[in-house]
Amino acid sequence: MSFLEIKDLSKSFGSVNVLDRVTLSINKGSVIGLVGDNGAGKSTLMKIVTGIHKPTSGSILLEERELTRISTSEIRLLGIEMIYQDLALARQQDISSNIFLGREPVKKLFGINLGLVDKQKMDKDSIKIIEDLGAKVPSVEYQAGLLSGGQQQTIAIARALTFSPKLVIMDEPTAALAVKEVQHVLELILKLKSEGISVILISHRLNDIFEVCDRILVLRQGQIVADVIKAKTSMNQIVSYIVGAE
Amino acid sequence: MFLKSIRLESLYVLGILIVTMSLLSPYFLSISNFLNILLATSVIGILAIGSTFVISSAGLDLSVGSVMGLAGVAGAVVMNQLELNWIFGILACIIAGGIAGFFNGQLVTRAKIPAFIVTLGMLGVARGAALLLCDGKPIYGLSNEFLFLGQGRPFGIPFPVIIFIVVALITHYILASTKFGKHTLVIGDNQMAAVAMGINVNRHKVKLYAFSGGLAGLAGMIFTSRVNAGDPTAGLNYELTAITAAIIGGTNLFGGKGSIIGTFIGALIMGILQNGLNLLAVQSYYQRMAIGAVLILAVWFDQINRQKN
Ligand SMILES: Nc1ncnc2c1ncn2[C@@H]1O[C@H](COP(=O)(O)OP(=O)(O)OP(=O)(O)O)[C@@H](O)[C@H]1O
Ligand SMILES: [Mg+2]
Repeated sequence: MSFLEIKDLSKSFGSVNVLDRVTLSINKGSVIGLVGDNGAGKSTLMKIVTGIHKPTSGSILLEERELTRISTSEIRLLGIEMIYQDLALARQQDISSNIFLGREPVKKLFGINLGLVDKQKMDKDSIKIIEDLGAKVPSVEYQAGLLSGGQQQTIAIARALTFSPKLVIMDEPTAALAVKEVQHVLELILKLKSEGISVILISHRLNDIFEVCDRILVLRQGQIVADVIKAKTSMNQIVSYIVGAE
Repeated sequence: MFLKSIRLESLYVLGILIVTMSLLSPYFLSISNFLNILLATSVIGILAIGSTFVISSAGLDLSVGSVMGLAGVAGAVVMNQLELNWIFGILACIIAGGIAGFFNGQLVTRAKIPAFIVTLGMLGVARGAALLLCDGKPIYGLSNEFLFLGQGRPFGIPFPVIIFIVVALITHYILASTKFGKHTLVIGDNQMAAVAMGINVNRHKVKLYAFSGGLAGLAGMIFTSRVNAGDPTAGLNYELTAITAAIIGGTNLFGGKGSIIGTFIGALIMGILQNGLNLLAVQSYYQRMAIGAVLILAVWFDQINRQKN
C-alpha cells in the first residue's frame, strides 16, 4: 500500500470537466513532479487532496484513510500541507499570524481556555522558523502584504513546514524567486526527502523538476498522460507529453 | 497595545471636536455633559461594535437598527403581555436579536445572497415584525427592575454607560487577542486563505451575524428601558450612525482590519457631534445630513490614504 493513493478521481465545475479519472500513487519520502500546460488541472487536483474542492467522484487515501469526506483542517492535522499558487496569505495580518494561520497556539488565563492567542510564542517560533529557512524579513510583526514577492513566498513555505507535515504540496513555489532563492527551495525539497517527507512539486520550470524529482507525472486536459521515472526519461520527452505530441 | 490599534486621525478629529465644542458652548465641558454624551453614545456604540466585527470580516449588517427595534418590542411583549419576569425580558431582547442575525448569517452563507441584500431585506422584515408584534403601538409601563437597566445610576454613572464600556472591553479582547477575532480578520482579508488554512468560514460568518444581531438586541434592551416603552420605531436609521462610527474608527470597509477601541472612539465622535449640535440648537434635520456626510468623508479620506500607500 502506498502512502498516498488517488483512485479514479474526476472533477467538474458545472459542465466543465477539469479532471478525468485521475489515478496515481505516491510512496513515502519520494519527490514527485507534476507538470502540464496552463489549465491542465494541476492546482485543482491538489486542492482536492487538501480538501478545498470536493471531487465529483473517486477517492483519495492517505495511509489508508479516506480524505475526500473530511475537512481541510482535519486533512492538515493528518499532515498534508500545501503552498498555494497564489500563496493564500492574509495581506493585512502580520507575518507570524500568517505562519500560524488556523493553528494559533492558545494560552490559558487563570487556568481557563478562553481561546486567547499566545502571540509571544507565535512571534518567537516564527523568528526561528524563518531563520532556519535562511530567509530575512524586517520583523515578524510586519504586514505580510508589505513584503516582497519572494519574502511572501518564504512565509508561505514556512507555514507549510511548521507543523511537521508528512506530505508537502508545492504549487509553483519558485515563481517569484531569484536564482539563489530558487536553489534554496530545491535544496529544501531534498532535505525534506531525506527526512522521509514526501513532496509534490508543481512547476513549469522543467530544469527544477529534473533536478529534484524522482518521478514525473504529466497532466493533460485533466488526464494523467505520463507517469515516468526521471532516470528513464528526458526533458524533450516530457515536453512532448505536455503538448500532446506523444 | 491599545494605542497601536487606534487610527491616529480619529484621535485628532476627536480632539478638534472637543476643543471646538468647548469654545462654542459653555455647557460642553462638564462631567455631567460628558456622561450625557456617553449615555447617548452607548446604544449606537454597541451597534457599532457588532458592525465592526461584521465589516472587518468583509461583510455588512444594515439591519441592526430594525433588529434593535424588533428586540425591544419582543422584550416588552414578553414582560407585559406574557407577564414574565424582567430577566426573561432581557433574554427575549438578546435572543430575538440573535435569531434575526442568525437568519442573516444563514442566508449569506448558505443561499449565497450578498450581505448587502440580505441585511437590507432584514431591515424591512424586522421593522415590519416589530410593528406587527405590538400592532404598531408602543408598549408602555415596564417593571422597575427592567427600567434600572437604562435609567439606573450606580455611583452616579448611567447604567447603559457601564454596559457599553464592559461590552467594549470584552469585545476588544475578543477581536484583538482570540482565535475568533483573528479568524474574523483573516476571513475579511483573504477568504480563500482562510478556507485553505482550514477555517470553517461559513460557520464563522453565521456566528458573526448572530453576534451582531445579539448586540443589536442588547442595544434594543437599553433603549426600551430608557424610554420605558417597547417602541416599534426604535433604532430607525441607527445603522447609518453605527456603520459610520465603525468606519471612522478605522475598520476597513473591505475587511481585514478593525478594532473595538477604534470604534469606541468613532462612536464617541458621533456622540459628541450630535451632542454639540444639540447644544448649539441645530435642527435635527441638519444633524442627519451631518452624519451622512461624515460617513462619506471618512471613506473618502480612507481611500486617499490607501492610494498614498
Ligand atoms: N473554482 C473553479 N470554478 C470553475 N472552474 C475552475 C475553478 N478552478 C479551476 N477551474 C478551471 O479548471 C481548469 C484547470 O485549472 P487549474 O487551476 O487546475 O489549472 P493548472 O493546471 O493549475 O494551470 P496553471 O498552470 O495555469 O496554474 C481551468 O480550465 C480552470 O478554468
Ligand atoms: Mg495552477
